[in-house]
Parts: sequence; C-alpha cells; structure tokens
Amino acid sequence: MSATLEEILAQSLQELAQAEDLAQLDQVRVNYLGKKGLFTNQMKTLGSLEPEQRRAVGQVINDAKDQFQAQLEAKKSALDLAALAARLASESIDVTLPGRGRAIAGLHPVTTTLRRINKIFASVGFNVVEGPEIEDDYHNFGALNIPAHHPARAMHDTFYFDAHTVLRTHTSPVQIRVMESEAPPLKVIAPGRVYRCDSDITHTPMFHQVEGFLVDTDVSFADLKGVVYEFLRAFFEKDIQVRFRPSYFPFTEPSAEVDIECVMCNGEGCRVCSQTGWLEVMGCGMIHPEVFKAVNIDSERYNGFAFGMGVERLAMLRYGINDLRLFFENDLKFLEQFN
Amino acid sequence: MQISEAWLRNYVNPAINTEELVAQLTMAGLEVDSVQAAAADFSGVVIGEVMAMEKHPDADRLRVCQVNVGAPELLQIVCGASNVRVGLKIPAALIGAVLPGDFKIKKSKLRGVESSGMLCSEKELGIATDSQGLMELAADAPVGKDIREYLSLDDKLIEVDLTPNRADCLSVEGIAREVAVLNGIDMQPTAIEAVAISHADTLSVTVQEPAACPRYLGRLLKNVNPEAVTPLWMQERLRRSGLRSLGPLVDVTNYVLLELGQPLHAFDAGKLQGGITVRLAKDEEAIVLLNGQSIRLETDTLVIADDQNALAIAGVMGGNGTAVSDTTRNVFLECAFFTPQQIAGKARKYGLHTDSSHRFERGVDATLQHRAIERASQLIISIAGGEAGPIVDVTEQAALPQRNAVALRKQRVEKILGMALPDELIVSIFQRLGMAVTTQTDGWLVTPPGCRFDIAIEADLIEELARIYGYNNLPSTQPMMRSSLAQASEAVINLDRIKDLLVDRGYQEAITYSFVDEDIQKTIAPDCEPIRLKNPISSELSVMRTTLWCGLLKAALHNTNRQQTRVRLFETGLRFIKSNGETVQQKMLAGLALGAASPEQWAENSRKVDFFDIKADVEAMFALTGCPVAFAPAEQIALHPGQTAQLLTDDGEIIGWLGMLHPNLEKQLGFDSQVFLFELDQNLLLNKKIAKFKPLSKYPSVRRDLAIIVKEAVTADAIIASIHANNEANLQDALIFDVYRGKGIDEGHKSMALSFNLQNDTQTLTDTEIDAILNRVLETLTKEFNAKLRD
Repeated sequence: MSATLEEILAQSLQELAQAEDLAQLDQVRVNYLGKKGLFTNQMKTLGSLEPEQRRAVGQVINDAKDQFQAQLEAKKSALDLAALAARLASESIDVTLPGRGRAIAGLHPVTTTLRRINKIFASVGFNVVEGPEIEDDYHNFGALNIPAHHPARAMHDTFYFDAHTVLRTHTSPVQIRVMESEAPPLKVIAPGRVYRCDSDITHTPMFHQVEGFLVDTDVSFADLKGVVYEFLRAFFEKDIQVRFRPSYFPFTEPSAEVDIECVMCNGEGCRVCSQTGWLEVMGCGMIHPEVFKAVNIDSERYNGFAFGMGVERLAMLRYGINDLRLFFENDLKFLEQFN
Repeated sequence: MQISEAWLRNYVNPAINTEELVAQLTMAGLEVDSVQAAAADFSGVVIGEVMAMEKHPDADRLRVCQVNVGAPELLQIVCGASNVRVGLKIPAALIGAVLPGDFKIKKSKLRGVESSGMLCSEKELGIATDSQGLMELAADAPVGKDIREYLSLDDKLIEVDLTPNRADCLSVEGIAREVAVLNGIDMQPTAIEAVAISHADTLSVTVQEPAACPRYLGRLLKNVNPEAVTPLWMQERLRRSGLRSLGPLVDVTNYVLLELGQPLHAFDAGKLQGGITVRLAKDEEAIVLLNGQSIRLETDTLVIADDQNALAIAGVMGGNGTAVSDTTRNVFLECAFFTPQQIAGKARKYGLHTDSSHRFERGVDATLQHRAIERASQLIISIAGGEAGPIVDVTEQAALPQRNAVALRKQRVEKILGMALPDELIVSIFQRLGMAVTTQTDGWLVTPPGCRFDIAIEADLIEELARIYGYNNLPSTQPMMRSSLAQASEAVINLDRIKDLLVDRGYQEAITYSFVDEDIQKTIAPDCEPIRLKNPISSELSVMRTTLWCGLLKAALHNTNRQQTRVRLFETGLRFIKSNGETVQQKMLAGLALGAASPEQWAENSRKVDFFDIKADVEAMFALTGCPVAFAPAEQIALHPGQTAQLLTDDGEIIGWLGMLHPNLEKQLGFDSQVFLFELDQNLLLNKKIAKFKPLSKYPSVRRDLAIIVKEAVTADAIIASIHANNEANLQDALIFDVYRGKGIDEGHKSMALSFNLQNDTQTLTDTEIDAILNRVLETLTKEFNAKLRD
C-alpha cells in the first residue's frame, strides 16, 4: 500500500470518528466516496498503470475503501441510535395526566334496573309493551275487577282528571290492553311510570312498575312460583331465599305477595326489613276469571299468571339506596354513582 | 286491626308462642305489621289496699298511708295523689320494684316520714301516656297479687294488616276462627244468652230501603245507671285494641264491634222524637255528626231518622243530637245489617272513615245481628243495669246476602295449583273453614259461611285450599312456553341505542315528574293549555307537562344551586297535550346543556357550550337513523330568537326544537349561564332508513374548493340545497368548510368556502368536465343568491 493511500485512510477514519451527526457523516462520505472523493480519485489513477499492476493496486484501494465503508456504516448506526434516543427523550410525557375529550355520563338507575328486568324476561321470549299513562278508569280499575267504590280502590290513592280519567295507579291496565287486542299465547312485560296521590319519606307521587303476565292453555300457580324464583335469583345474581304469602288483589285469584330474604342483612333482621329478615318485592297471582271475561278470553280454555313489581324498590335493594326521593331530584352527585 | 293476644287466646289457645303465632297469621294472608308489648317493662308491683290514712305532719298535699300488700305487716307509704282514700285498691310498687324507665323503688323518707314503696298511676306503670291520680282497681281485686298478672299485662298487641277481602277477620272472634283452622283445633265462641225481657216498650221501626238495609234490630233499654263506670277489664281490652274508653254505653258498642265484628249504635232514647225510619237522605238534608262535623247529605245516602230529623248516616257515624251522654237513662240500641253496596264509598265521599263503615263496606256477617244485640244488652245490663225491652226485628229475607254453593272441580285444582291435593284434605280444609261440603262426581259443592264475602267462584275456593295448605308447600316448576320467532324490525331504531349515544356524549339521564308547576310551565310554553289534575299533591305538581323542558330546567337548577357548573341532562317520556279536545300522550326525548363545552382538562382551553355543540349531539342521533333532517331557523317563545332551529323531516313534519333558552327566561328562572335545550318527537326520531347498496366507482374522485361571498341572510342550508337542486350527476357531495367575515369582505356579507367531491362511475373526469360542473354551480349560486366568487 502506498503511503498516500494509507494517509487518506487514516485521515478518513479520523474524520468519521469526529462526525457528530448524520449530516456531517454524509459530508465525510461525499469527501471520500463521492464523484470527486479521495478514494474515487485513487481509483481513477488505476487507468495509468500497467494492467498487471492495476489488479494489485486496485485490490489495495478497494480494501481501504471497504474499511472506510464498514466504519461509515457502524458510525451511521451509532448516530441513528443516538438520534432516536434523543427524540424519544424529548418526546416523553407524563402519561398519568388525564386524557382529552368528553366524559361519558350514565343512565338513571331506574333505567338500568328496567333494562336488566326486561333482558331477563326477554331471554325467554317476553315482549315489552308500553301503555298510556293517562288512563280511563275502565282499564285502570273496572276491567281489573275493581268496580267503583270497591274498598280496593282505597288502596290506590288515585290522581283524577275527571270522574272517568285517571293517572294509572299501576301498570296492570297494559295487561287489559294487550289481552283486548291480541290472542293467547301471550308473554308480556309492561314497564312504566305509575302514579299515586301520596308523598312522604317512603312514597313519591310517581314511581315505576313492571307488570308481567303469561297466558296460555296450561299455566299453573307452580309455574308462577318457578318464574318468580328464577327471576329474583337472576336479578340479584344470588341464590336468594324467596317466600310466597297469600294476599289479595282483585285481578288475581289466588293472589300472593312475594318476599325475599333481606339482601341488606342476609335475613338476620335489620332496619330495612323491620327486623323480620324478609322484604316484600312483588305482588302476583293467577289472572282472575273476571279479568278474562272483561277481555273475552275463555277462562276455561286459557289461564295465566300476572305479577307486578316496583322498580325503585328493586333498585334500592340492588344498590343499597336508602332514600326513595333521591330518584327524582336528579342530583348529579346521585346519578353519577351509577355511571 | 290491632288485637290483644291474651284476648285472642281466650277463644283459641294453640301451643305455639307469639312469634310462631304471628308467622302463622302472616303466612295465611293475615299480614302482621307489628307486635308490641301491652305495657312497658316493670316488676315488683302488687295489688295493695289502703287500710288507714293520715295527713303528713309537714306537708299539706301528702298522705301517710298504711297499705295492705298481702304481707303480714302493713306498709307505710307516703302518697301525694288526690284520689287516695281508705279502702281503695291500687297498684303498689314494693321496695326493689323497677318501674318503666329503670326507675328503682328504694326505702326513703319524704319530708321526714319513712315511705316503703310507691302507689302508682297508669302513667307510672307505662300503661297510659297520661293519667290523673292513682290507678283505681276493682273492689274485688286480690290483694298481694302481681299487677302484671292481674291485668295480664304480659300481653302482646298484634297489628294485623287485613286485605279488603277478609272482612271476616275484623274481629277477635274472626281471627280466632282463622287461628283455629290453621292449628286444627276448636275455638270457643263467646257464649251469649238472651237477656230477660222486663218491659214491653218498643220504638216503631220502618225500613224504607230494605235492599240497602235488609235487617234492622232495635231494642229499648230503660233506666240504665248514668253513673256506671266501664270495668277495668273492658277498658283494658279496648285500650289494647286502640280505642279509648268513652263511658259504658259507647264502650259496650265498641267492645261488641271488636269482639264479634258487628257495629252497633246507641241512641239516647230521651232525645228521639217518634219512631225510627231507615230512609234515603232528603235533598240537602243536614246533619251534625258525633265528631262535630256538619254535613249536607246527598240523596243516595242512607240515614237513620226519627220523625223529625236524620239521626245518623247509616253504617258510618251517628249524629251529635241523639248521642248517648253521661245523663242518658234510656237507650235505643241499633244493630243492623247494611249491604256493602250501600255503604261502599259513602264514608269516603264525606271524608269519613269509621270502624263501622270499614266493616260494613267490606261485609258484616248477616247472621250475626241477634247474637250481637243480645251480647250488647247483656254487657250494658251487667255494667249499668237497666231493663231490656223486646227486640224489634225488621228483616227482608230476600234482600239478605245469599250464600250459594260454589262448584269445585277436582281436575281444576290440579290444573291451577300444579299439584293434586288428596280428596280428604280438600274436604277437611273446607269444613274447618266453616263451609258446607257435598261431594259430586267430579268434585264438590262448597257453601261458604255468612261471614265470608269473598267466596263466589271456583278460583276463590282454590285460593282457600292453597292458603291453608301453605303457598310454600306448593311445587315450583318452569312453565312450558310456546315461542314464535321475534321480529327484528330494522326500520325503527331502538330508543336504548339513542339513550346510549347521549350517555356516551356526556348526557346524564334524568327522570322528572310528569306533573309540573303550572306557573313555570306557563312561562316556558304559554300557548299550550295543560291538562290539569283534579287532586294534585301540591300546586308545584298540578298540571301534566306539555314539554319535558320544565322538569329538566328544574333538575338543572337543583344542580347549579349545588355548585355544579357543567350540567348535561336528557330525559325520555310522555308529554301530555290537548289536540282537538283529545288527550294526546306523545313520546318525547329532550336534552339540556349548560356550562363548559367539555369537562375541565389541563390541555384544553375552556370554552362555553354553544348552539353547535348541541346541534352536533342532535345530528349524531339522526346519523344513527340515516334519515335526513332539516334545521330551519324559527322562533319559539322559550328560546333565543336568533338561536332557534325547528327540526323537520323530509315531508315537512315537525320533529322538534333546538336552541338557546331565551335570556329573559334564563334570568327569570335563576340561571347564571346560557342554557341550551332540545326536544324531539321519539316516533319521528326513531325512523331508520334501511340501507340500500350502490356499486362503488372504480375511478378516482376529485376535490375542488370554491369560496363565494353572499349576504348574511343566505343560510348554509339554502346554498347546499340549491347546489343539490342542480342535479349534477357527478357531484357526490358538497360541504361548507369555512365561514369568514371581516377584512376583505363587505359589511353584511360573509365568505363561505365550499368543497366539492366529484366522481364518475364509468370514467375518470377530465379537467374540462370538472370546470364545467363548477361553472354551472357557480352560475346557479350567482343567480339565486347574488353570490360572487371570492378572489
């Protein structure tokens, strides 16, 4: 190797080592390998040599070039890595700061509860039907076997518009409306607002109920018990104790109240269950023959069961809410707890 | 109804404790609401007799008594009560006694005189909340006996919440009957014998309305002792049933009502003029009732009258004028059967509710009247003496309730209950319930007793079987349910999807009352006549809402008054309006937003919510349905006239409104920031367009932009509509991407930047074709709006 080439190589390697960034590195590359680069110039001198010398000298120059090239690549990788590291460092953020954009809100706990109830019954083919809230007294009372002046009317503190128009006191009129217009078999859930002229710490003048009923040729009280058991266990997601007590509703016979083991104290007895260990959660029964008569369904051929439950009551038990009135104040601090 | 357990156990005494008894009643459908002790806890109190008494040497009001408590020695007890006297029997608390409130009796000195105990009042024993002087016990009270035992104070008061069908249980005998059935044992009814007739005087009784009053019994009792006092045992039973003692005559009628369930009325015979007539009230006839209330009667009301006046509202309440008092010597006792149909609703109509009306409207046993009037006579005579006359009996047999046999099919029992019950069990249950049973080929004929008004059809009998057998002993099964495949309607979007969208866009769901404050609604929707409740719970909840905004605004205020600065709420539900005289219950969806556009965030500049934020939320809902909707500038009384849009369907139907609450209302209602509102008709909102496929073009699309200058009044919608009206086949889409006012644009004008997306299905568009399209569009805009191309 000639002294000149050696010097060029040494010089080039030193320049490579000194390059501080990719731009400088590229400049070094051009200086040695560019069209007028020092290695390029060396190669141009080969033309003036004897052919037999040409091969040997060429080999030497190429070796030097390869050496430079290898260093160049190594240096480039190093600089790339350094540049990336610098970029990453400069772009690093506090990932614990909150994200940008809109907050998601939530549904009212009554809606959430209704959706769960509907979903449980929809899973076995119950249809959701709604009805009017301003009702005539025939659908709210008469057709449900509650004639005028019947003492059972005193159980419903009714809001009136005139002698024959009321705010529905329960969702049972939907049962009548469906049976008037559709033939059995029927499997229906009727959720909605109901109204009672009563307001104190445990009553609001408006609340929600879900009415459910099943009409077919062969439905028994045992079936009613089975469906109610299954529903309550599905709703509370717990193998809860359930009991049926004889009760009275003019539109069912036999009628029952359903109690569950108190979910607050697991039946031990507490303030919520008045120390009884039981909580009343719904009323139910076999649809009264008079009701079938009112809607022209043959009660010899068909029978059925119906049940009704208070949605706020179920929501209170499910979520441990202790004041009914909170449901209708719409305080964000209350509502947001259920988001 | 509240009853004393001890009294009940006089009739039937099963070997179960109170807790078991209460559970049994509840599980048989006689729900027990509460159980209370008859008296507070105390001990060490016995019956004492005052044997001697002298004045305290140093205190005028105190007496020093020598009291016999059944011990060898008399006790010296100092007493301050005014009714203390020699020979009086009283409760005496001995040394070591503990009175209610953990009050311990110790040997003490009162003004220097030793006292070894205390003579007690009812209040001190926790039997009454108030009392005057010592409790006076009967002369035959056994000295030395524990007072708790003597008065059976270790008694429980059981409050039974009876359903309206169980009128038969509105008496101690009635509940005893039920307890006997449940325990399979017999009950001992009160033995009642007819009293001796000692004079022949009667009052004439005329029943003008036998259908309403099928039976009326009357009896004259003469020369009762007005000074007589109700015996303690009766006072106690009344007290434990929640009734006050009001003198022997009234007490006896109340006692028989509690004991047998038959309401009676005692008239002061000295105040009656002539005979008794049971008739309907005359028009506007007046009566002053026992409670002092003055009432104008309606002509459908049955009254008991003498020859002059209405004396009582039949089966509801007696009048003041002929009431018995502490001077009454002659009593006319009434014991009638009024039909439930006659009494139902009458008490309520006059704002009255009495023990009597409660029983008659549910049904009193029509076979009970003779027994009851003899019982009352017997009790009055034993307490206050007097002479009984014969009973006047006016009965219309045909009008009395009949107890028809009800057929029960065996197969029906199994079908309804889901299990077969053994024949013997069925028969035995009915017989225990006092029903007559005859066997038939496929079942039985069952006749209920007179006290049961709730057994009319087969289902009633099946309920009785289930009730006595025990609901919890019946099986529980899963019904076989026939199913058909459900519809999956795609043309209507589920409201739940819309609700979820709003929730995801930051709206909290609210539920507000359907009735609202009339004044507030009038300011928001003055043109809409609301539907008014006849009996609202308060003036703030007196009319049905004609818009959901009333409730949402109130809910928003509730929150802004509690330091919430950003509120977004929505609600779904009915609004109630009158349309051509008809009530329309329309499903609506409404929303409200106030405060910052987005929650406070470290990297975002805070900005107040504005019209276009809310509009985007509304547009998002329509984006779900795919249905076009137009936002037309409009005016709405509750909204800012310059920031109100009416939403219209393609057919021009009004879907709803969107806008800023009018600044006047904002101030009037008490908001301190702008409020944005929308309200939509759910039915129109939820229509969904079913997708229809269109082949994709293989050729490139081209975007071209254009800025035009138009007058302020030209709306964005008008420009886009006019572009679309050109029907350019290759114009896929046109949108406004910028609006500019200010430098370079004349006052009253604005620049609108439009972008056009062009594409052809069969070829790549050439520049010439594109220019031609844009030129035609510009020409139209120039013609229609005098638009100028911006340089």
